[in-house]
Amino acid sequence: MKKISRREAWAGYIFASPWLIGFLVFMAYPLIASIYFSFCDYSVLKAPVWVGLDNYKSLMKDDLFWTALKNTLFYAILALPAGMATAIILAMLLNTKVKGMAAYRTFFFIPSLVPQVSLAILWMWVLNGEHGVLNPILAKLHITGPNWMGDPNWSKPALVVMGVWGVGNAVLIYLAGLQDVPTQLIEAADLDGANSWQKTRHVTIPMISPVILFNLIMGIIGTLQVFTVPYIMFPNGAPAHSTYFYAVYLYDNAFRYHKMGYASAMGWIMFLMILVLTLFSLRMSEKHVHYQGT
Amino acid sequence: MKSQQNTVTVQKVLVQVALVVLSIAFLFPFAWMILTALKPLDETMKIPIKWIPSKFMWSNFIDAIKYGHESVGYYPFLVYARNSIVLCALIVSGTVASNSIVAYSFSRLRWPGRDLAFGITLATMMVPFPVLMVPTFALFRHLDWIGTYRPLWVPAWFGSAFSIFLLRQFFRTIPFELTEAAKIDGASEWRIFRTIVLPLSKAALAVVALFSFMGAWNDFLGPLIYLLDQKTFTLSLGLQFYQSQNGGTSWNLLMAASAMVIAPVIILFFFTQRLFIQGIAITGLKG
Repeated sequence: MKKISRREAWAGYIFASPWLIGFLVFMAYPLIASIYFSFCDYSVLKAPVWVGLDNYKSLMKDDLFWTALKNTLFYAILALPAGMATAIILAMLLNTKVKGMAAYRTFFFIPSLVPQVSLAILWMWVLNGEHGVLNPILAKLHITGPNWMGDPNWSKPALVVMGVWGVGNAVLIYLAGLQDVPTQLIEAADLDGANSWQKTRHVTIPMISPVILFNLIMGIIGTLQVFTVPYIMFPNGAPAHSTYFYAVYLYDNAFRYHKMGYASAMGWIMFLMILVLTLFSLRMSEKHVHYQGT
Repeated sequence: MKSQQNTVTVQKVLVQVALVVLSIAFLFPFAWMILTALKPLDETMKIPIKWIPSKFMWSNFIDAIKYGHESVGYYPFLVYARNSIVLCALIVSGTVASNSIVAYSFSRLRWPGRDLAFGITLATMMVPFPVLMVPTFALFRHLDWIGTYRPLWVPAWFGSAFSIFLLRQFFRTIPFELTEAAKIDGASEWRIFRTIVLPLSKAALAVVALFSFMGAWNDFLGPLIYLLDQKTFTLSLGLQFYQSQNGGTSWNLLMAASAMVIAPVIILFFFTQRLFIQGIAITGLKG
């Protein structure tokens, strides 16, 4: 290892300086300031006033906070497995050798390009209570469709269906992972007389487990922050606060009620939840995730 | 052996069938959007559903663009589109410029604390935006930037963890012999960066530009927080406004407007498919 020259070190700092400044101003400062604000009564219009743990204490007693938290976790428990299973199955289908593969890959990917706002508006129309198109199609298959947007029991599943539709990004990541699975392994399993399910279960899934872990963690971070689609589709978390999600309540506190200190406390609770869940996933994965010797 | 061949064929057919059925399901919402956009208003509300419009109302697209003209005196759709394009241009150029410079430092220059700084940079990807939202808003308010585009594009010029990571991975693959030779000849780091590293990294830069364009075009929460005057709205924000104004009545126009917001992204995708797929694969696998 050569000694680092002074000149190179200086150049390094100068080249990195946009981000070093950006990190301090747009990341480190807000992160620390939001801890401080979370212990303050703060409306942005007036200087923050220290109130100790009051925000956290009132959050614990705030029914709407618990509703939003439960909604978000419940949604995550539905959406994460549904999205991951769909993505893995689609990726496996797309990893076979059949005709027209390039077109199929494009078809499944395109929905994930749709901007969130357009996504919300498009599905409001598809799921519309009176004139929606999904239920008439289900009726043709002899299934009675629920009132997707009006029934509190079905509003979250409606969001899950939309999430599954936009799963194309994850499909591509899994597909790249599948293409990295060495063919010798599959061939070896073939020679041992393994059937498709056994090959999938004991060769393919373990080989792509790092990708699954990556998508799981990104999924956790994403779903806990879900905002735009429910905010547009379900004003005020209608029906019956069933779609009032954590990030929406946080936004409302900050920008509708100007309870910035309260919102900051919510932000930190969210951040801690993400940290705990991520560490937990990493811990749980130690036994199950298989890393190729790279 | 024969039976094994048969199972393979059966499997292929099953896969083919599954792919066709799923493709129809995935493409159907788009088809429905376009069909609705082309219907006369009363046909959007027919029960039972009228699948195909009795006549194709291409004029709905013009009407969607003109929508709201009478009440505000300008064409909201065109104004929103212009705002979105200006903002995207500022954000994309800032993202590419700043992150390529920073990634050069993280990948090809050695300085004390670099690896620690890079580790911290990666960790910031886990920080949820809502935690930063309040202090960032307070900061921009202090600068008197609320209601301007600055809170939306200025940060893009100061780097972002994701793009730094992506470009660093790529810059690392450029052989060091190439730049060492230039160094011995006395070329400055800036010169090496500009004349050797950047020209070899066009694909990676395009991926970063593409992702940042998508992010900027789709961003809703940012404009929602910082933009106040309807005339400054972006398409994402404006579309939502369309919808609430409409009270959900003219779904044909709303679908036409939505289609026009989605179209640029899809067209861009068709021209850059390979880059897109490479970029997404990099983020997933090397993460």
